[in-house]
Amino acid sequence: MDPEDLRYTKEHEWVRVEGDTGTIGITFHAQKELGDIVYVDLPKPGTLLQQHKTIGSVESVKAVSDIYTPVSGEVVEVNGSLAESPEILNTDPYGSGWLVKIRLSEPGEAGKLLTAAEYHAFVGTESS
Amino acid sequence: MIDFGGWDMPVQYASLIEEHHAVRQRVGLFDVSHMGEIEIRGEEALRLVNYVTTNDASQLKIGQAQYSGLLYEHGGFVDDILVHKVADDYYFLCVNASNQDKNFEHIRGLNQFDAIVENAGAGYAQLAVQGPRALDTLQKLTPVRLASIRYYHFVDDAICTVPARIARTGYTGEDGFEIYLPPADAARIWDEILAAGAEFEIRPCGLGARNTLRLEAAMALYDHEIHASITPWEAGLGWVVKMDKGEFVGRQALALQRDRGIMRKLVGFEMAGRGIGRDGYEVCITGMGAGWVTSGGPSPTLKRNIGLCYLPCANAETGRSIQIMVRGQFVDAVTVPTPFYKRTK
Repeated sequence: MDPEDLRYTKEHEWVRVEGDTGTIGITFHAQKELGDIVYVDLPKPGTLLQQHKTIGSVESVKAVSDIYTPVSGEVVEVNGSLAESPEILNTDPYGSGWLVKIRLSEPGEAGKLLTAAEYHAFVGTESS
Repeated sequence: MIDFGGWDMPVQYASLIEEHHAVRQRVGLFDVSHMGEIEIRGEEALRLVNYVTTNDASQLKIGQAQYSGLLYEHGGFVDDILVHKVADDYYFLCVNASNQDKNFEHIRGLNQFDAIVENAGAGYAQLAVQGPRALDTLQKLTPVRLASIRYYHFVDDAICTVPARIARTGYTGEDGFEIYLPPADAARIWDEILAAGAEFEIRPCGLGARNTLRLEAAMALYDHEIHASITPWEAGLGWVVKMDKGEFVGRQALALQRDRGIMRKLVGFEMAGRGIGRDGYEVCITGMGAGWVTSGGPSPTLKRNIGLCYLPCANAETGRSIQIMVRGQFVDAVTVPTPFYKRTK
């Protein structure tokens, strides 16, 4: 169920690279573990992000969790619909539940992240 | 599943919010078998119970239950418990899971009476059927006329022909029942209750909904609102302390604190700014540290972010503007009366 064309982190984020832009989000596993998501805190456009640093948070009824960016670069777009409808992170984490789009400053980073198969294996280890 | 005091328990079965609404609007079923049970029997069972608890167990009639505190000599909480009077020489205590062994040792150590204290947790499973359709659901499975059991009363009868203690108590702010039964039959009766509640769209509910429901009802959770450093006066639980009932453990400390006055008290708050005040977050008043959040989170019923916190008594009035340190930033909140939610009867 984790799309093959994305790259993943052990912190349960994904990135989709298209040209010099990376779209990031949280994984199906992450939203499932968090449960009903009620609040998402994201960086503003123009913010410079450094790979694996905290860029915001996602809160469910039960808990709050940091979001780490899988890639470095500048925020060019933020998913505004999450402010009103954070629950789309639960229903469509790989589609309409994307978080931010980033203009990549280190295009090589994404290729070193986990593939879908590697992430799947990692999640399997973690949950057992 | 999470490890909860050694018990594997689900935080949610499907959706926490959906489970929460099911209990408020229809009916939900909780497996709370982790809860502990301690039985006190013997000629002087009442004397022991009344010596170790804050409420007055001598006022209980057979078949009646009461909420009570188990205190240290210094007035702090060992636990909060439910005391059920089964017979003149038999009291049944429902205690928090993680405190079962601590409570047992505590009570046993204070047993200077002709009474026997038994750590009975392994002998009982517990299911909670909660919500406006709880009675209709459970009635299908028992010959007892459930409507005749008043709030905070119980009967020893049967569910699906299995002997069960059926108490009209709960931890959700709704009407409902807590059922104590033999562990070997619990899984089958769980299924029977789900089947009986199907027409009301019953939902199995996890620890997550249990927590949001009790928070809306402003019911205390051990290790959050109450613990060894908190007294009943501070926690707003003075109503379970009967100072005139005679000597009991913690009485002297409580008398002293009552005379001197308390310094802090538990108050409700609602977030005004964007952000959620959660358990353990610091509370500030005009930039100065003033207290801490004991429980906090989104309220599915009210659709607001609510919580409970300790504040200095001088700053604890309703409507006071406070700030909660949410991940490095002050977020505005305001103190409000509790409970946040009260069911209409």
